[in-house]
Amino acid sequence: MSLMAEVGQKAFNLGVPLAIHLDITYRCNERCVHCYLDHDDHGELTTAEIKGVLDQLAEAGVFFLTLSGGEVFMRRDFFEILEHARRLLFNVKIKTNAVMIGEDEAARLRDLNVDTIQISLYSHRAAVHDAITKLPHSFERTIRGIEFLRDRGLRVTIANVLMTTNIADQAGTQKLAADLGVHYTLDPTITPMMDGDMGVLALRIAGEDLGEVFRNSALVPNQEEYCAPPPPPSEEDLEGYSCSAGHSFCYISPYGDVFPCVQFPLPTGNIRQQKFLDIWNHSPQMQEVRSIQARDLPTCSSCSHVASCSRCPGLAYMEGNMRGPSTADCEKSFYRTGVPTANMLKQGLSKPRGFAAGVPLIQIRPVPVPA
Amino acid sequence: MSEKYIARSSSIAARMLAGEMMVMNSADSKFFTLNEVATAIWQAADGQTPLSQIVREQICEKFDVDYAQAQADAEHFVAELAEHGILLVSDQPFTDRAVGSPQLPQEPVQ
Repeated sequence: MSLMAEVGQKAFNLGVPLAIHLDITYRCNERCVHCYLDHDDHGELTTAEIKGVLDQLAEAGVFFLTLSGGEVFMRRDFFEILEHARRLLFNVKIKTNAVMIGEDEAARLRDLNVDTIQISLYSHRAAVHDAITKLPHSFERTIRGIEFLRDRGLRVTIANVLMTTNIADQAGTQKLAADLGVHYTLDPTITPMMDGDMGVLALRIAGEDLGEVFRNSALVPNQEEYCAPPPPPSEEDLEGYSCSAGHSFCYISPYGDVFPCVQFPLPTGNIRQQKFLDIWNHSPQMQEVRSIQARDLPTCSSCSHVASCSRCPGLAYMEGNMRGPSTADCEKSFYRTGVPTANMLKQGLSKPRGFAAGVPLIQIRPVPVPA
Repeated sequence: MSEKYIARSSSIAARMLAGEMMVMNSADSKFFTLNEVATAIWQAADGQTPLSQIVREQICEKFDVDYAQAQADAEHFVAELAEHGILLVSDQPFTDRAVGSPQLPQEPVQ
């Protein structure tokens, strides 16, 4: 086990929130076709409130801080927030589209010793990228931003969300990242919109395409092991937990709402009303998430994939039951290994049906704040 | 032998977890954990206090160890962290307050 994994396990066991994802705004200069957010300001935390939250997070033991949005540079106080975060010695990762990053911004990010900057890029072709972001010339501005950051010696990762409209460009985008001298990661996950609209799920790539991604040696070097049928789960596997959500990780929205994860819209409290640690330690919702072991999952506990599946309890929650299967992850397990999941067998399916339209979704709603 | 002064680099992230200090340098994302003694030296690395004084006051007195051994161990530790850009070392006190940070991480409040 690596030192980092050991520390992660220690934080998990102690219930220390080692990593936090903080969205400082949902406003954005792009209007990406697959985005799950609305882009209005419903009462964002003020600069002083965010600084106060950061003070509390440092006190709680948070080490890894991801600042994201929306687009973080839409906030005029972004550098003031970042400076405060670095003064508190967080390891800071930023997610941005880099459209607003010029030479000066790149220099300031370098001076503030940001660890990594993750930048959304959807294609190596401007027309495809701009059609997804709906912002004319966003491709060239994003590429320029990447070059400014790279030239300053910052660690840049291109994040390529895969969907029906850009899957044909995956290899080209990966090559562009290599040509630019930056890292590359892809994500086939499309999340339902926060207002409950599932229309965006039509953008999810087909299961067969997912299978091709898993069998692409440029993306998955250890394919034989990765795509092997799962071994029978052990007792220890059944005592395991789905992920770090609510254990050593959580998400805070621009309105101060605290959730187990950015993809797990179960409200647990609001930091305008309570101290962060009160929510983290005592919220019944957080405690419930924390209590769920693999053996408690009615369908998944009997699934051969239970130990290796990336089952997202947040996506399962959005399908109606945080202890239930997450259809998107069932698909991934099936197309990765060719072995049907317990969820599929229960429904008598020989291949996944995909996300069912009309399934009621739980929505992210800001927790009301008393006047 | 000349005196050494040590300062925390401004490029690091740090936090206490279960009595150990986690430290990471943004330049290369190398991750370290410091034990209790190493943490005491790191926390005292203000750029102004000579290493020998840090060893006497933070190590020998608090951990009840022999000075010569503690000083040798401290110098080895300092050299290692300097190699990774986590500590800065000089034979003069540091004047540039760009180094280090006034915000020293404490044990998490639970």
